[in-house]
Order: sequence, then C-alpha cells, then structure tokens
Amino acid sequence: MNSLLSILIWLPILGGGSVLLIGNNRGSLAKWTSVGISILVFILSINLFLDFDTTTSSMQFVEKTSWISQFNIFYHLGVDGISMPLIILTTFSTVLVIIAGWEVIQNRVADYMAAFLMMEGIIIGVFSAMDSMLYYVFWEASLIPMLLIIGVWGGQNRVYAAIKFFLYTFLGSVFMLVSLIYMYNLSGSFAISDMQSLPLTLVQQGWIFWAFFLAFAVKVPMFPVHTWLPDAHVQAPTGGSVILAAIMLKMGGYGFFRFSLPITPDASSYFAFAVIVLSLIAIVYIGFVALVQKDMKKLIAYSSISHMGFVTLGVFALFSIMKMDSSGELISIAGASIESAYLGLEGAMIQMVSHGFISAAMFLVVGVLYDRLHSREISTYGGVVNSMPKFTGFAVLFAMANAGLPGTSGFVGEFMVILGALQANFWYAFLAAMTLIVGAAYTLWMVKRVFWGPVNNPEVNNLSDINAREFGILAVLAAAVLWMGVYPQPVIEVMHVSIANLLEQALTTKIPGIL
Amino acid sequence: MLNIYLIIVLAPLIGSIVVGLAGNRLGRKLSHSITILGVAISTVLSLYVFNHHVLNDGDIFNQNIYTWMQIGGLNISVGFLVDNLTSVMLVVVSFVSLMVHIYTIGYMHEDKGYTKFFSYISLFTFAMFTLVISNNFMQLFFGWEAVGLVSYLLIGFWHHKESAIEANLKAFLVNRVGDFGFLLGIALVLMFFGTLDYAEAFSQKDQIIGQTLFGVSAITVVCLLLFVGAMGKSAQVPLHVWLPGSMEGPTPISALIHAATMVTAGIFMVSRMSPLFELSDTALMVVMIIGAITALFMGLLGIVQNDIKRVVAYSTLSQLGYMTVALGVSAYSVAIFHLMTHAFFKALLFLAAGSVIVALHHEQDIRKMGGLRKKMPITYVTSLLGTLALIGFPGFAGFYSKDMIIEAVHYSNLPFSGLAYYAVLLGVFITAFYSLRLLFLVFHGKSRVDSHTEEHLHETGPSITVPLILLAIPSVIVGYLTIEPMLFGGWLDDAITIDSSHPALAELKDHFYSAFALLTHSVVTPPFWMMVGGAVSAWVFCLYRPDWANQIQSKFKRTNYVLNSLYGFDRLNDVVFVKGSVKLGNLLWKISDMTLIDKIIVNGSAKLARYLGVLIRPVQTGYVYHYAFFMIVSLMLVLGWVLIASDYSFFG
Repeated sequence: MNSLLSILIWLPILGGGSVLLIGNNRGSLAKWTSVGISILVFILSINLFLDFDTTTSSMQFVEKTSWISQFNIFYHLGVDGISMPLIILTTFSTVLVIIAGWEVIQNRVADYMAAFLMMEGIIIGVFSAMDSMLYYVFWEASLIPMLLIIGVWGGQNRVYAAIKFFLYTFLGSVFMLVSLIYMYNLSGSFAISDMQSLPLTLVQQGWIFWAFFLAFAVKVPMFPVHTWLPDAHVQAPTGGSVILAAIMLKMGGYGFFRFSLPITPDASSYFAFAVIVLSLIAIVYIGFVALVQKDMKKLIAYSSISHMGFVTLGVFALFSIMKMDSSGELISIAGASIESAYLGLEGAMIQMVSHGFISAAMFLVVGVLYDRLHSREISTYGGVVNSMPKFTGFAVLFAMANAGLPGTSGFVGEFMVILGALQANFWYAFLAAMTLIVGAAYTLWMVKRVFWGPVNNPEVNNLSDINAREFGILAVLAAAVLWMGVYPQPVIEVMHVSIANLLEQALTTKIPGIL
Repeated sequence: MLNIYLIIVLAPLIGSIVVGLAGNRLGRKLSHSITILGVAISTVLSLYVFNHHVLNDGDIFNQNIYTWMQIGGLNISVGFLVDNLTSVMLVVVSFVSLMVHIYTIGYMHEDKGYTKFFSYISLFTFAMFTLVISNNFMQLFFGWEAVGLVSYLLIGFWHHKESAIEANLKAFLVNRVGDFGFLLGIALVLMFFGTLDYAEAFSQKDQIIGQTLFGVSAITVVCLLLFVGAMGKSAQVPLHVWLPGSMEGPTPISALIHAATMVTAGIFMVSRMSPLFELSDTALMVVMIIGAITALFMGLLGIVQNDIKRVVAYSTLSQLGYMTVALGVSAYSVAIFHLMTHAFFKALLFLAAGSVIVALHHEQDIRKMGGLRKKMPITYVTSLLGTLALIGFPGFAGFYSKDMIIEAVHYSNLPFSGLAYYAVLLGVFITAFYSLRLLFLVFHGKSRVDSHTEEHLHETGPSITVPLILLAIPSVIVGYLTIEPMLFGGWLDDAITIDSSHPALAELKDHFYSAFALLTHSVVTPPFWMMVGGAVSAWVFCLYRPDWANQIQSKFKRTNYVLNSLYGFDRLNDVVFVKGSVKLGNLLWKISDMTLIDKIIVNGSAKLARYLGVLIRPVQTGYVYHYAFFMIVSLMLVLGWVLIASDYSFFG
C-alpha cells in the first residue's frame, strides 16, 4: 500500500468533515461514525508496524508529489523508526479519547468528535511530513482543533487558557518558520533531508538552533516556557488533556529528533549543556511544584513536564558521551560506551511513548472522577476506594507507572535515560534520579488523599464504580503500560537503526571547512 | 531444570492473578486454595532445587529467559541464576510464605478483603522469587521495587486507617530514597563493566581497581551506593524509620514481608555482590558500622515499646543490624545463616503475636495482657521457643547464627571492628531483655486483660497454631543442623567471594570443631552471660519487682525521653524533609512559576503589547495625508540606514 500514510492523514480529516456534516442533532450517528473511523485508522496504522523494515534507516512508505512547484514545495511523506511509533501512539490514543467522550460530551457532539478526528490526521501529518513546509502547515494546523477543544468544551476559564495556549505555541513556531525560510534561501529546497545535509557555520546553526528550540521547547514543554500547560490542561476537557499530553507534547520531542539534532548538530552540541540544565530543572524543580498542587489535573500536568524533562535530557546527554574524531570515527568521551548514547536517545523515545500511555491514563482517571463529582480538587475526595474498588485498582497501577515502577512502561524510559546520562556526567543522573523520590512523593501522596483514607465527603460514598466502557479504556491502557514495561524490546528494535543513523548525523559536523 | 525454576516463580503469580481478578466470584475457599496451591508447588519444587543444588552439588544454572532490551552490544535480559545462595533463599521464602498463607486463613477470616489479601501475598511471593533468582541488576531492581509495591499495598491494606496510609506512603518513599542510591549504583556498574549481568560484571571486576570517581576509589562509591539501596530495604539507620510504621499492616505480612523475607533482600543483595564489596575495605567498614549502630540502638528502642508488634519490629531492626555487621566483616555466609534462622523464628514470633492479637480481639498493648500462657498453651510454647531462638539460648537456631556473627566481628581486622564487637555483644543483653520482657508481660504474671475478653479467651484455631508449630521446629533445630555445612562446608562458596585480606570467616573455621562442641563450650563465652544477664534483668523488672522499672524510668527521664522519641528521627524527617519539601514546592510554584514567569513575563508581555497599542493608537488618525507623511519619513529613515550600513558602497 503505497499511499498508506496519505490514507492515515486524510481519512480522519475527511472523516471528521463528514461527521461535521452529520451534525450535532444526530449525535449517535456522529459518535458511531467517529469511533468507526478512528478504529479503522488505528488498524490501518498497525500495518506501519507490521510492514516496517527494521534494518534500514531510510524513510519508508514514502510518497512524493509536487505541491507548490514555484517554491519547490512537495507533498512528501515518509516514516522511520522515530516517527512510526509516534504515529501509532496517535491513532491508538484517538480511539481512546473518542470512546472516552461517549457519554460525557452532551454539547455539540459531532463537532467534538470531528475535532479529534481532524486533530489525528493533522498530527499524523506532522510526524510523517518530509517537506518542511508541509510539516509547518500541519504543525500550525494542529493548534486549531486543540484551540477549539479547549475553547468550546473547556472549563470556566477556558478562553484565557485557550488564548494562552495558542499564543505561547504560536510565538514559538513563527521563529521556526523564519529559520525554515532562511534555509530555503540557502539551499533552494524545503526538503527536510536537504536541510539536514546543508552546510552551516556555527553562527548560522546557533540562530537556527534557538529558533527551533523555542518552537519545540514550548511544545515539550521545557522550563521556563511551560506555564501554558497547567492552565491548558486544567481548562481542557478530559479528551483534550489526553491528546495534549499523550501526543501534542511529543511533537516537541519529535522536533528535536528530526530537526535540531540533524540540522544543527554543531549548535546542538555547543548548547547541549544549557538544554540539559533546563531539563534537569524541569525534572527536579517541577517535581517539587507538582508536590504542592491541590488540583489533580494541575498535578498531573506538572508531572508531565517533569517526565518530559527526561526526553530532552536523554537526547542532549549524547553530546557529553560521544564525539567524532577527525577521521570520522565515533569515539567516546571519558570512557563512556556508545551504548550509553543509545540508552539516552532510545530512552527518550521510549519515555515519549510511555508518557503517552501513562499521562493519557492519568488524565482519564481524573476524568472519571470529574464526570461524577465535577471537581478536580484533591480535597473533594478521600476514600474513593470504598465505593470504586475496580477503578482504584487501575488508578494505583497508573500512579505506580507514573512513579516509574519497574514492570511498567514508566520505568523503562527513565531507567535508560538515567543509565545513559550517568556516563555523560554523574550529577546529571544524580539529579534526574531524584524523580524516584519526588515523583513517587507527589503521585502517591495524591493517591493517598484521593483513594485511601476515611471518606470525608458523603458524595464519595455514592460514587458508582467504572462502567464497562471506562473499564475497557483503562484496561487497554493498563495492558499497554504493562506490556511496555515487561517487554520493551519490540519498540526498541523498531527504532534502533534510525537512532543509529541519527547519532551519526548528530555527531557529524556541518561547518563548512571542517566538513 | 529451567521449567522447574519457571514454575517456582510463576505459580504464585498465576495464583495471584486468578484470585486478584476473579476473587469475588471464586469465593473465599477457592481463592485461598488456589493461592496456597501455587505457593505449595513452589515450596515443594524449591526443596527439590535445594536438594539438587546444595545437597547434591548441582551445577550453577545461569540462563537468560528473554531479551528485555538489546541496544547495540548491550543486552539486558530477564534471566535466572540458581546457585546455592539462591536455593537457600528459595526455600526460606517459599516455606515462610506457605506458612503465612495458611495462617492467613485464620487471621483474616473476618476481613472483607480476604481474597484480595491472598492475591497480594502471592504476588509478593512472586516478586521475592524474581528478586532472589535474578541473574542481572535490572531484574534485581524489578524484584526489589515490586516487593516494595506489595509492601506498600499491604501496609495500607486497612486503608480506612489514617495511620496505615501514612505508614505505607512513608515506607514507599523511604525505600525510594534507598532505591535512588541503588539505581545510581547500578548505573555505575553499567558504566564500569558495560553490562548488567552479574556473571559478566563480576568476571571483569579487576577492571575497576585503581579507578577513581570524584577523587575517591570508584569501587567504594559503587558499593556504597548499592548499599544505600540495602539500607532502605533492610531498614538500616537512618533509613529504618519506615519499618516500625509498617506494623500498621495485618500481622501475617509483618511476619512474611517485614521480618522474614523482604527486609532481608538487602542482606541477600550485598551477599550476591560480595565480589564487588570485597574490593573496598572502606565500603565494608561503613557497612559494618551502620549495621552495628542499627543492631545496638534499635534494640534499645525495643525496651520502651508497649505495642506487641512494635517490640518485635524493633527486634527485627536490631537483628537486621546483626546481619549487616556480618556482611561488613566479610562473613557473608554467616549473614545468610542468620537471615535464615531469623526468618524462621521471627516469622514465628510475629505469627504468635498475631495469635495473641486475634485472641484478644485486636488488642496490641502488652500492658493489657499478662498470664496468657494457661489459656493459650500452643501460642505460649511456640513463642517461648521463638524467644529462646532469638535471644540465642544455647542450642537454638539463633544461638548459632548470632554467636557466629559476634565471633566473626571479633576476628575482623577492619578499623572500628573493636567497637562493633562491643555493640553486638551489648546487643545480646538488650535482645534478651526486651524479648523476655515481652514474653513475661504477655504470658506470665497476672492477667491484665479486661474481664469481658478474659471470659471468651481461648487458644486460636488450627490454621493459626499449625503454622506456629511448623515454624517452631526449624527455629529450634535448623541452626544445629546447618551451621557446619553452611558456614564451613562450602554450601555458599559458589556464590560468595571473600578476599584473603578479610580473615574473619577463615578464623571462625579454624576455631570451629562441631555444632555440639559450640553448645557445650557456650557457658564460658561472653555472649552467653550477656544473654543470661538480660534475661535475669527482664525477670527482675517485669515479674519480681515491677516497681523498680518505674523508679528507674523516673530517675533516667532524659534517657527515657530520648528512647521514647525514637532518637528524633521521625521528627527530623517530618520537619526537614516532609514540611521542607512542601515549603520548597510552594515557594517555587508561587514565586517562580506563578509570579516571575507567568505574571511578570507572560502576562506582562501581554500587557506591554496592549500598552504599546494604546501608545500608538493616536497615530492612527484616519487622515490619508498623515499616513503618507509617516510613510515618507519611514522610507527615508530606512533608506538612510541601509546606505549607512552598506558603508556608502552604493556610491562606489
């Protein structure tokens, strides 16, 4: 199937359009159509995994046709081991959020479902675009459905949150557009691969690096450009939070893999320390901030920032581990092994996928409670286990995954990044490993106050345990979290060759003269 | 053999999953039958494995089961290493677990969470098996944290009790502090050896000699970090604070998890890592000192406790200290020996305490007990046997293991081993004192039980008493039977490395004739007289002249205060770490996040934009000639700047 990627992009977008046409008055039909489309897309996306060639780092499932020929812009798609897992994560999460919104969303049902379907197609576009203009279009387009999801179905302060979200991320990405155009002027091509092979001086790379950095750091989000996320999450409906945390944040991480490292390798190396410092601040500082949150969604939002710190740490630790000598051989710095560079990069990828599962699960858990008592305040609850034992079982499992318990996916990425980062610098690992304590503290303290203990609020006694639909969603996520914790090898195998190629690119200088 | 090992590990897991998912539908009887069957299978097969490896010198089994991840040349697998050390641990864990499973039928019989409890303890058994059977650091860490998870769930099993859920959170977090060090230690192992496989890492251990980290010998750093993990799990000072709180959980798990098995994981781990620890005298010395401090000072706290379970808990802390001391002086097999005997008699003591608690309708205060020996003869006799084992009465299991530890410290040549020797020797006095105090106050003297309970008071049922009897047997005889082969007969030689510069065990061997000789010789050794002294003092203060105890307490108010406030560890943790973290969190959140970043920079720039808008607004007059004027002026300015910037080159 040569046009598989196009189908994955346009089926949900056009499908979303048709759901809009069905209209809010026929909500049931809209829901069934949406869930059908999302499941179909998910099943189709499995083919990416099954037909994936793990022995090559070159792009697969490639499609290329001219789009705007005056500017040499192509409709050019393809995936490698870095983008493919993220696409499947996207199709997987979309099925879950559509089912999760089933009874909860009463207002403008068709619009809601359509927004998520379109979002899905657009994000798959982001992950599969091989032309930077196509990428940029998808990147910016993804803001629109999310803006609407927050702005229309959000909480009380939704307009502030929606605008803050939009401006923050938009501000970041205009700089990226400037640097894309700048490189087009140099090379005459918008192809990402051409940009990756374009020689650039360190100064040029520096400017481009920071322009990209702003775009990606806002999305990840990294300290100090993270303050939009707690607001956006708190105001977004559950489904919005799930997509935001599970997938949209990954667009930032993906950007570092696809753009920053291969296009500006020398600048990435030059500024790696700054990025690592910001990552460590995210991990430790944000962990303490999460500790004192009184709103469950805010707490999980901060926890997301902290966990995403491992992604950027894992990526940029590489520059303190390996370098390339003058003959083009990869050599290690200070006795570190090449495996530790892989551990960092692949740990970052695993962390992104795992965080997709866990944050989705955590937000769904909060959603289940919110649907019943319409409160996100921790103090509203207490003793939920008494009336919702099954639900508590899932919640504790996901909390443990969030705290990085071995056997869950949450452990794998953090473990790999810590092992890798230690070889870059002991203190990186030392600070990152603080999450073992702080992460457990904020997560389990919340569990204690929400699920255990005596019941203080009489309404908690009347809570009904999760129904079959909720059980199904959480069970699927639980299976994913456990599977990746017990057997991460299939995911690692898929990405390994692409990561090896990226490692080579990231350590090869692009500065003319040295080249 | 692989299949046998797999069945040992997986049988409890399957039992746990089946009962965990379908416990309500299966009903109580079927639920406990399934889990008990699972653990029973493991126990029988563990005995078979023990026979194969230990008694018949079976070859070491070391094989990967599946690749967890393969990254370049680095392979991290799930795999089994079964040698004699593992075999011993398998038997101890499965046997105690089986006893506790049976005991639970009686103990939890009125509890709503009956089936869930069985699911948890079987899950624990699985996790403990993965820990002891692992052939690599990753799986070790998995088992390590998995037992911690189940411990967390079980301490908080009665989740309506605020004290229980405080305690389980505390237990998890304190253990996480240990795991923090442990994980860094594991990461360093990977850095220096390029592998997480035990055998591969140990085979290149010489590589690390002479390497430094922050100017300190690298191996010392590695060992100390690994030991921090052991300090968390095996509750060594200052990470011991979680163990007394863990008594909030139901008694069967206090016996299984917080006495016999999980808390000894640290001891097992250090023994497993003996090839590394042997390379660093500094690390060993720290291990010894921490162990000695724990052995002595935690024992002292046992004297002032009045909760029956807490007395046994502090005793456990103290005994774990003994094991740690043994590790420090390179007498690893002695530590494992004490681990084994302690598993039996301490599980026995806890289960006996549970028997008393059940009989008294969940009364745990020993001041409200007394004279129970007539009404509860089986519990009394088994408690007595367990107590004699604990205090090291000649011939009993604990006598051999504890005596060997004290002797080993005596022979050690590490700095401060002299002090450690006096600490463990004094510990014997204290152990005898608090153990017999407990025994006397609970079972002897006049009854202080309230009359209503007194009327219904009777011995507990067979599901409780049978495990007591079955545990009492090894508590008495296992020391006599195994001391020679285990310590000197090479049972553990295939797992443990001892550097020739650490003579303690070799000296022990030179001075050892037979278990019987040790018994007859015991009356002339200092530990014996310390034990007698402690026992007599307990008799004097508890039975002969109880008023003297009060007089002493009022005379030594300060000491009493220090002991009752548990040396202030809890308060320190509460003020510095708990409250401090929350304060720090609030500070960072409110000042940096909300004010500095959000209010000043983000919303500030929004305000600035609006302000600039207001400033510029008058310019937009709507008159075309105004706009034209601005355009021309702007154009001139821009052109002028371009010309200047291009260095007049425009004009050539």
